[in-house]
Amino acid sequence: MEQLALLVAATLNSGTVLAFAALGLLINERAGIVNLGAEGMMLVAAIAGFATAVHTGNDWIAFGAGALAGAALAAAFGALVIWLNTNQYATGLALSLFGAGFSAFVGIRYTQEKLGEHRAFEIPGVADLPFVGPALFRQHPMVYLAIALTIAIAWFLYRSRPGLVLRAIGESPESAHALGYPVRRIRLAAVVVGGAMCGVAGAYISVVYTHLWVEGMTAGKGWIALALTTFATWRPARILLGAYLFGGVTMLQLQLQGEGVQLSSQFLTMLPYLATILVLVLISRNATFIRVNMPASIGKPFFPG
Amino acid sequence: MLKLEARAEPSRAMSVASPLIALAITVVIGTVLFVLLGKDPLRGLAVFFIEPVKSVYALTELAVKATPLLLIALGLALCFRSNVWNIGAEGQFIVGAIAASGVAMQATATTGGWFFVPVIVAGMIGGMAWAAIVALLRDRFNANEILVSLMLVYVAEQLLNYLVYGPWKDPQGYNFPQTITFLKATQVPKLFAGYRVNVGAVIALFSVAAFWLLLFRTYAGFQLQVGGLAPAAARYAGFSSRKALWSALLLSGGMAGLAGGLEAAGPLGQLTPHVPAGYGFAAIIVAFVGRLHPIGIVFSAILMSMFYIGGELAQSRLGLPKSLTGVFQGLLLFTLLACDTLIAYRIRRQAPRSTTAPPPALDDATASPVVASAALPAREGT
Repeated sequence: MEQLALLVAATLNSGTVLAFAALGLLINERAGIVNLGAEGMMLVAAIAGFATAVHTGNDWIAFGAGALAGAALAAAFGALVIWLNTNQYATGLALSLFGAGFSAFVGIRYTQEKLGEHRAFEIPGVADLPFVGPALFRQHPMVYLAIALTIAIAWFLYRSRPGLVLRAIGESPESAHALGYPVRRIRLAAVVVGGAMCGVAGAYISVVYTHLWVEGMTAGKGWIALALTTFATWRPARILLGAYLFGGVTMLQLQLQGEGVQLSSQFLTMLPYLATILVLVLISRNATFIRVNMPASIGKPFFPG
Repeated sequence: MLKLEARAEPSRAMSVASPLIALAITVVIGTVLFVLLGKDPLRGLAVFFIEPVKSVYALTELAVKATPLLLIALGLALCFRSNVWNIGAEGQFIVGAIAASGVAMQATATTGGWFFVPVIVAGMIGGMAWAAIVALLRDRFNANEILVSLMLVYVAEQLLNYLVYGPWKDPQGYNFPQTITFLKATQVPKLFAGYRVNVGAVIALFSVAAFWLLLFRTYAGFQLQVGGLAPAAARYAGFSSRKALWSALLLSGGMAGLAGGLEAAGPLGQLTPHVPAGYGFAAIIVAFVGRLHPIGIVFSAILMSMFYIGGELAQSRLGLPKSLTGVFQGLLLFTLLACDTLIAYRIRRQAPRSTTAPPPALDDATASPVVASAALPAREGT
């Protein structure tokens, strides 16, 4: 029971990383832009956040630094994709490759550093309840923030006027342009916000999750987050659920390794990646279902006259 | 104010100039970076652009690293031209190396020198099989090939780790995660005594010719490219998009696997967890910088190989991290894509709207931007 509570807690913790990144990518894709650079942005943000945490000792400034790093890279990506009409896939790949190299390059002097353990943030009153206390109410504040953000984004997309405009641009930039909306500026804003959220996710990994910096430490989480947006058919609540599902798979895999299951650790490490493939296969099987839910202009450049 | 204006037709000159401009910009950024790091920028640039071509030995080492890049990028170029986004060549490379090693370890003391042939063929089949998973899932279940091929890179890495830490570990290897050193008979024959460059480089050059023929001189290659450029036209012409998907993935996977096999049975000579050297990802950049053209890719593979060797030298001589290579590779692709805009568009200066006087008379010439720009000098002359 105790162990199950800890597994739930760890799942929420690990899912939070994916939730932040995938929600950010959702905002991008709702505006019609696919950013394959998520992995690169998260890596650069992870080292930016980690270095900031080492020097300031403050997690929140570290998250801010991560968000800034992600936003800056996303802005460069956005400028290329939106104003210069470069291919979105190729540009995103360039960002991922650059981010991997750049983070390794600047991170080399931080490989020996280690941050202190975080004191658990306990919600008074409920943190001491049996089972649910340790499972749900002793998390880092960011875990709750991810849930709040999911609700906020759902409200923004479906209940607010700017959200409607954003979705309209994702469905048909030509129509939105004809109505007089500054399509390219709004797309850039969406890309930058998405980058900032990937940045927060990256910083969360190094600052809260592992407390250290290792080259390539995101280990594909940016790509899994990209898969999550498809898996969730571009809906915020499903993204959060998907993130916890994948967080659970990662944690379960670590748990099994810890318990010395009669299966090589390498096969267990494969699990999150195989799960991603499986989930993609299951959800994409019905092509019509995907086509109906996918923002129609995804991946296509828009060049007003 | 500057404005982009669509060209009447893509500029051929810019298509060639763009990679050169991108390289120049990358070099400028690199120079600034060296200065910021407190290193002599001239020494820094020399390490990347002069040292790798300074001697015969350096040139052969350049070829050793350019070979896998060239092989993989050829396959990827065909893939990208057919609009199939296989970005998991790294995984196909690893599985190719694994398959080749599996065969190489079957060699006995009496095995002849021909044995390297089945070894590298096994590599090719291994890479093909790994890419076939992507093709199958895309074809049968519509699963996104970008994400599936990339996820399979991580799976391939773990598969390699499993083998070298587990069943394939050399019992006499002092518990290091590595296989036995393959017997000499399995080794890809070297071209010259004393240098590491081997038959793989020749295979790569033959592949360039083969891919050129396939892409530009065969009906199959034409079909693939039409499918990539204009899927609707391809459908109308009755070209099968499923066939295109399978051939693009099998060919590119096979090339990546061949590169992996050549690497395992060539310079490496055994399997270790360090087989993945990022060639599969760097080859994406090679393919784009080489304009997805087999001949262009020869040059870009050599350039990227210089980046690799430069990064290693920067580490040993200048005390800079080896990951500098990755920074420059990423920068190069980034600037290249930005410069490529100039192939389809040109930059036009546009007078700020508030200060322009209303045109004296509306004439038909201003209706089309192309005609207007042609008419401009004549009007100034009068």
